[in-house]
Amino acid sequence: MTERISNRRPETGAFFRRDLNSHPPAYAPIYKTSVLRSPRRALLSLDGTLSEITGPVFGHNILGELDNDLIHNFAKPGESAIGPRIIVYGKVLDERGKGVPGALLEFWQANAGGRYRHKKEGYIAPLDPNFGGCGRTITDEDGAYSLRTIQPGPYPWPNGPNDWRPAHIHFSIFGHGFAQRLITQMYFEGDPMIWQCPIVRTIPDRAAIERLVAALDMEATIPMDARAYKFDIVLRGRRSSLFENRLEGN
Amino acid sequence: MVQSLDRLKESPSQTAGPYAHIGLTPNFSGISGVYDGDLGAAMVNEKTRGERIAVKIRVIDGSGTPLKDAVVEIWQADADGLHNSPSEMRGTADPNFTGWGRQATDMTTGECLFETVKPGRVPFPDGRLMAPHITIWIVARGINIGLHTRMYFGDEEAANAEDPVLARIEHRVRVPTLIAPRDGDTYTFDIHLQGEREAVFFDI
Repeated sequence: MTERISNRRPETGAFFRRDLNSHPPAYAPIYKTSVLRSPRRALLSLDGTLSEITGPVFGHNILGELDNDLIHNFAKPGESAIGPRIIVYGKVLDERGKGVPGALLEFWQANAGGRYRHKKEGYIAPLDPNFGGCGRTITDEDGAYSLRTIQPGPYPWPNGPNDWRPAHIHFSIFGHGFAQRLITQMYFEGDPMIWQCPIVRTIPDRAAIERLVAALDMEATIPMDARAYKFDIVLRGRRSSLFENRLEGN
Repeated sequence: MVQSLDRLKESPSQTAGPYAHIGLTPNFSGISGVYDGDLGAAMVNEKTRGERIAVKIRVIDGSGTPLKDAVVEIWQADADGLHNSPSEMRGTADPNFTGWGRQATDMTTGECLFETVKPGRVPFPDGRLMAPHITIWIVARGINIGLHTRMYFGDEEAANAEDPVLARIEHRVRVPTLIAPRDGDTYTFDIHLQGEREAVFFDI
């Protein structure tokens, strides 16, 4: 599990504190399910013990050849998923602007009609027999990643009487410390549904929302094949360990 | 004007939603053939050192109902108190122990079960030893940002009494929300998201 993915010296400093003003609050009643699932007492702050500074790191040996290709990883041989073909690429960076190598990214999404392959999902849009909806990859030495998929469709959900999610891809990211663990969603440039969505609007800061909107990139688009969207993800930075007052041997 | 600090802002969190299993535990959700198995399903093998234990976790909402769509991850030291992580500078952890596990809560009972080993003690930044504990991260529909908490062990009374993190909980009546009772080799840990027994959650 701890196959070294980089020659860079491992970092052991505590993480920058989270700016909770650019994250959604736990209790956000426009998103109804959050009402009974939100702690109401204050969080207890804990600055960088070893239990959170460390975290699992995954080697490329866990990856199959098609893990980052959702067009093909569930499809029958010779077939492919239906929908607008896209590439999503970008970097995982930390708040200091450094690329994060060896970061495991997992992603999941609905198909082109907005239907998830999940037993609890009963939306009338049909399943695509060639689309599963999950993928994963690990960033390279510079923190770069890419995946290939079809653009997901919007889908309705029982929150308000007529709420629809914008087209989105869920991302789960592991950095190098468990304190960096993050799950978020990627949205698509120009989608008017973004600004109507109660889940998007749990984020109090418009500039923070815009950091989740992927840009269409015609230069990275492959002509006659797939359009490209660029989506960078920023994880928490960490202090330099040069002057940490950690005791010898700890 | 002064020089810029050149910092980026962390990407904001969003809920994992009700279908997080598709991406995080696809085999559990019925999507087979993409990955061999679900990542984090097994933490130990036959060579893992330490005392084998099971940890049974439920996550309970403000109405007292267990969440049946949560995904729970745990992270812990090995039996000697070392983490299986490149950032672990004190020594090499047991190569037969991942230290990290992930389970979805059962769609009927709301329970999830981790088969692991009891962790050794890990030092706090000032050198004092923390009591054995497991770090827990919870995501689900309705949870906008993953919740961090800890599980301590009910049969470690002396160590718990001197734990520097538990000592920081101002309202002492809340300390038991982080302590799991032992029955045989199984610890049962109910995590209440809100209400009377709301667990202590951390900004780590």
